[in-house]
Amino acid sequence: MPLSISTLRAGDQFEKVVVENLSRSQIVMYAGASGDFHPVHSDETYAKAIGLPGVFAHGMLTMGMTGTALTDFVGDNRLKKYSARFKGQVWPGDTLTAKIIVESIDTENLCAQLKISTYNQDGKEVLSGSAQALLYL
Amino acid sequence: MSIKKFPIEAGHIMQFARAIGDSNPIYSDSEYAEHTEVGSVIAPPTFLQACQHYEENFPLRPQADKPWFGSAKQAIGEGQAPGSEGGGIGLYAEHHYEYHQPVRPGDVLHSKQREGKCWQKQGKRGGQLTFQEYITEFYNQHDERVVTSTIIGVQTEHVVS
Repeated sequence: MPLSISTLRAGDQFEKVVVENLSRSQIVMYAGASGDFHPVHSDETYAKAIGLPGVFAHGMLTMGMTGTALTDFVGDNRLKKYSARFKGQVWPGDTLTAKIIVESIDTENLCAQLKISTYNQDGKEVLSGSAQALLYL
Repeated sequence: MSIKKFPIEAGHIMQFARAIGDSNPIYSDSEYAEHTEVGSVIAPPTFLQACQHYEENFPLRPQADKPWFGSAKQAIGEGQAPGSEGGGIGLYAEHHYEYHQPVRPGDVLHSKQREGKCWQKQGKRGGQLTFQEYITEFYNQHDERVVTSTIIGVQTEHVVS
């Protein structure tokens, strides 16, 4: 259900597990769909040869998965802005939870300012961000 | 990098939605989407990242006539990873989207990129850090602006161990 200005309050929260036990196959799916074929994301042999523990997810996959929580919360075609800062790498096997908090509501422009934090199974934040969404009357 | 032509295709949107784990039918089912407020299938909020498929000579896509730097017979292929030149490394720090209109299958986008602000900061491990904004405006076939996408990249002075 899209957000309504009559029921939404500053401080309201929404949480979603956006991926459980992230698979290498999903990272490969994202490489194919996005067009970013950097081997650090899809080539385990290469990643180990340059000293990494293995492949890791594209930052934009984390932003994309976090975006699913946002659109679940605000509804389709309601976002005006969506920003992310990449705070840590995401590895195969990670489980990520996105947490959205309503920071403020602009009643004049029917708009909500949201704060976003996505963290892994150890509680480490991997993405922090913000968004602005249009509300219904 | 500016893009001359980025055709928005329904199958590409569906595959992108699958890759980010989103089963919302607004990204794949045109009959369902017809009866929603937006009235058609639309692209997910970060879909325009897939414009990389339409960037000419995009360095992170294998090309038939050029050596690739991933593993093949040997552990590492020919050449070095792009972005690792000059002693430091390039990192992707932030991404900001501003939405002006929904992006729908059938749209044909083009983009114009410009450099935004540039600033420096002393890092703890990588020496001096240089931040650079890259602002890309995406327009549709009617020359209407649909999305503004801003990337902040950071270049370290030396390799971070």
